[in-house]
This record gives sequence, structure tokens and C-alpha cells, in this order.
Amino acid sequence: MIEIKDIYKTFGENEVLKGISAVFESGKNNLIIGGSGSGKTTLLKCIVGLHEPTKGNVHFDGQEFTSMSFEERVPIRKEIGMLFQNSALFDSMTVEENIMFPLNLFSEMSKSEKQDRANFCLGRVNLKDKNKLFPAELSGGMKKRVGIARAIAMEPKYLFVDEPNSGLDPKTSIVIDELINELTQEYKITTVIVTHDMNSVMGIGDHIIFLHQGKKAWEGSNKDIAHTDNQELNDFVFASKFTQAAKDKL
Amino acid sequence: MFHTLGRYILLIQLSFRKPEKFKVYWAEVMREMVSIGVGSMGIISIISVFIGAVATIQVAFQLASPLVPKSTAGSIARDSTILEFSPTISALVLAGRVGSSIASQIGTMRVTEQIDALEIMGVNAPGYLIAPKIIAGIVMVPLLVIYSMVLGILGGYLACAITGSIPTSDYIMGLRDGFNPLIIQVALVKALCFGFIITSICAYQGFYTSGGALEVGQSATTGVVYSCIFILFADLVVTSVML
Repeated sequence: MIEIKDIYKTFGENEVLKGISAVFESGKNNLIIGGSGSGKTTLLKCIVGLHEPTKGNVHFDGQEFTSMSFEERVPIRKEIGMLFQNSALFDSMTVEENIMFPLNLFSEMSKSEKQDRANFCLGRVNLKDKNKLFPAELSGGMKKRVGIARAIAMEPKYLFVDEPNSGLDPKTSIVIDELINELTQEYKITTVIVTHDMNSVMGIGDHIIFLHQGKKAWEGSNKDIAHTDNQELNDFVFASKFTQAAKDKL
Repeated sequence: MFHTLGRYILLIQLSFRKPEKFKVYWAEVMREMVSIGVGSMGIISIISVFIGAVATIQVAFQLASPLVPKSTAGSIARDSTILEFSPTISALVLAGRVGSSIASQIGTMRVTEQIDALEIMGVNAPGYLIAPKIIAGIVMVPLLVIYSMVLGILGGYLACAITGSIPTSDYIMGLRDGFNPLIIQVALVKALCFGFIITSICAYQGFYTSGGALEVGQSATTGVVYSCIFILFADLVVTSVML
């Protein structure tokens, strides 16, 4: 479980996050949604420690993360997997080397055990036999799947996903969403996903927080979203005539 | 300026934290040594031979007096090649070749979130990315400079043999006359400083890149320009302190 308490983040004069609190439970897909510039990615980066919050703190299973030193954070970081918006695969390494990279640094496994683990993770994301390819040889969807395989290589307790569907076609987006959902359920991972993809919201949104102008404007699940009277959320989710028509049918 | 200097010192300090796993870092050091050392041998060979040849021909031209022994040209060409041309010109060329590669490689990793990915995993990103490059730089640049000295002197010999500006026997006699081993020490100290300057400044520029492809290019350019300036400054300091 991850708990964030009263998170503020300021860049110069610009206050991006304004006192956000939430609890992200394990075994659930926790979605952070909101329009462009609402602070979603900044909040995610504050949670994982890539940005230091100006105020507030983050707890990973009761351990206060924000005030920890680099060395103190390492044990928690080993339990974190993250899929970046552009996958962030290491260009100079093959798919297999990318997945084995955290294992090389932080595990005592033998080389064959690490290869077995890499193959298992690749099999889990349906990318067997792609071990020796370089990231430049993969499609966008395949890169995301390799990114997921690398994120789960260390059997993380916490999985963070930044815009998993950006740049993907709708069918591949659904495959990625289902994969994240399966892994979350199977390994009881605390998954936090930043997205503005409405298919993801309606498909896997067990717990959703909606950010508007740096503040938490709404919290609930995908079942509640169609019935909300929150004006900002309605404007965001049902922005198109198509989605408005779909809502009216519900 | 003090902000930049402080950030640079802190980054170098962070780079030399205890590694997560020595074996992985050692493999990186070896890879960087091959990239910086073996990868630069071609360009260093070409410039060294030509600089040695040109220096010898020019010195021979300027000492065209019957009162000065022709072997003097060999001594002057030797000293100027070892003390100045090999370390400094090699370092300026390496700043362009190695420095721009380091800055753009690390800068690209920054803008494509690969450095964030390292940090999320709990890896000390400066240690993994920068320390192996600095170690490789301070080991390989002196070796390249020694290689350059040999080829520079050989270039001078070839120039004598081809143009006949000085008899080769006089050139060789000049190389042997009044040799002071201190000049080798000075050249190697310079090379060590230059290796550190090129790798650390360019790595710093790359590490703090923000934006996109344009900024990566700007970081590489800035890294090379600052490296060249500091190479010339360090050249002056080492020369004035040691000679």
C-alpha cells in the first residue's frame, strides 16, 4: 500500500501540485487521470522520488520515503518497477540485457538463472524469441511490453506506469492494459497508472483520482465515473459527442 | 558560475560513491576504455604523423643557418612534439571525438528517461554512467598520448626521409641529444589532467541536459567548447608548475 499525504510541488513560482492526499491499495489498478498540465506526471515523479515534494510525504507500506537518504531508499527502490511513457529501454543493450540489468546489479543469481528469469518475463509479456533484438528494432507496443518485462524482473511490490497507451493503436493499448491488470491481480502489486486514455479508465480503473489544476478534484472507481456530478470530471471524461452519447445510454 | 561549479563538484563526488556491484562497473570501465582508447587510435595516428612531420619540416626551415647543427632540428621537434603537440593537440581532438560522444550519449539518456529508469531501479546513475568514463579517460588519454608521441617522432623521421630537409641520421642524433626525461613526465601529467577534463565536463553537460534533441546537440557543443578552454588552461598551469 502507498499513502501520499498533502503533497505540494512548486517549480519556481509555479505551484503544480496543491496538497494531494490519497491511498493506493495493493492488488488494485490505481489510476491518476487529468488533463494536460494538471500535474499527473509530476505527482507520479514525486511518489517515486524523481522529484522531491516541496511539502508532504509518501509512505510505502508505512515507511516514510520522502525524508530517506539515497542509500536508505535503495531497498524500497528494489521493490519498485516502472514503465515510462517512452519505455526508457537502454539503447545500447539487447532486450534480454535490458531485463537482466537490474538482476545483474541487485541479485545473486547465476547467469543461467538470470537468463531464465528474463525468458520468463518475456514469456509473460508474449515476447518470446525477441531476446537478442535491440530496442531500435522493436515496435512501440513491443517496447512497452519489454518495459513491463524489465519492470517485473525484480518481482516488484509497486508498479508505476506513466502513460502506457501513448502512441499505441487502440488494440495494442487494450493488450497493454490487460497485461498490467493481470500482473497487478496475479502478484498483488500496488499499481499506479498515469493516463488520460478513457479506455483504460473504464476498463481497469479500480481506483481513480482525478486531478484538476494541481488539486484532487474527484476520487472513485470506474463504476462511479458515469454517475458523477463533478463538472470538471464530466468535461474531461465526456469531452466528445461520442462519449457523451455513450454516457446518455447508460 | 559558483552554482555550476558546485553542481559539477557534487556530481563528480556522487560518481565515485561505492558501486552497487563492482563486477558490473568494471565491465563498464573496460567497455569505455575500448571506446575511448581503441576507438580513437585512428584519428590520433593520422594527426600525430602529420603534426610530427610538419613540425620537423618547419623547424628545419627556420634553422637554415650554417652555424646551427642540423641535428638541433631533431631535438626541437622531439621536445615540442612530446611536450606540446602530442598531449595538447591530441586532447583537443579527443575533446571533439570522445567528449561530444559522452555528452550526447548521456544527454540522450537523460531526455529519453533512461537515467530516470536507472534511478528508479536504485542505481547510482552518476556512478554507473560517469565514473567508468572518467576512469577510462584518465587511463586511456595518457596511453594515447604516448602512442601519439611515438607516431609524431616517426612522422618527423618520415618527413626527413621524404623531403630531405634534414638527413635522417642528423634527425636521429638530434632526438638522442640532451634528452631530459622530465618532459615525458610533464606530458603524462598533462594527459592525465586532460583525460579528466574531457570526460568529466562533457559528462556533466550531458547529465544536466533538459529538453529534446536540440538541447542534446547544444550540450555536446558546450561540453566540447568548455573542455577545449579548460584543456588550454590546464596546459598552462601544468607547464608553469612543472617546468
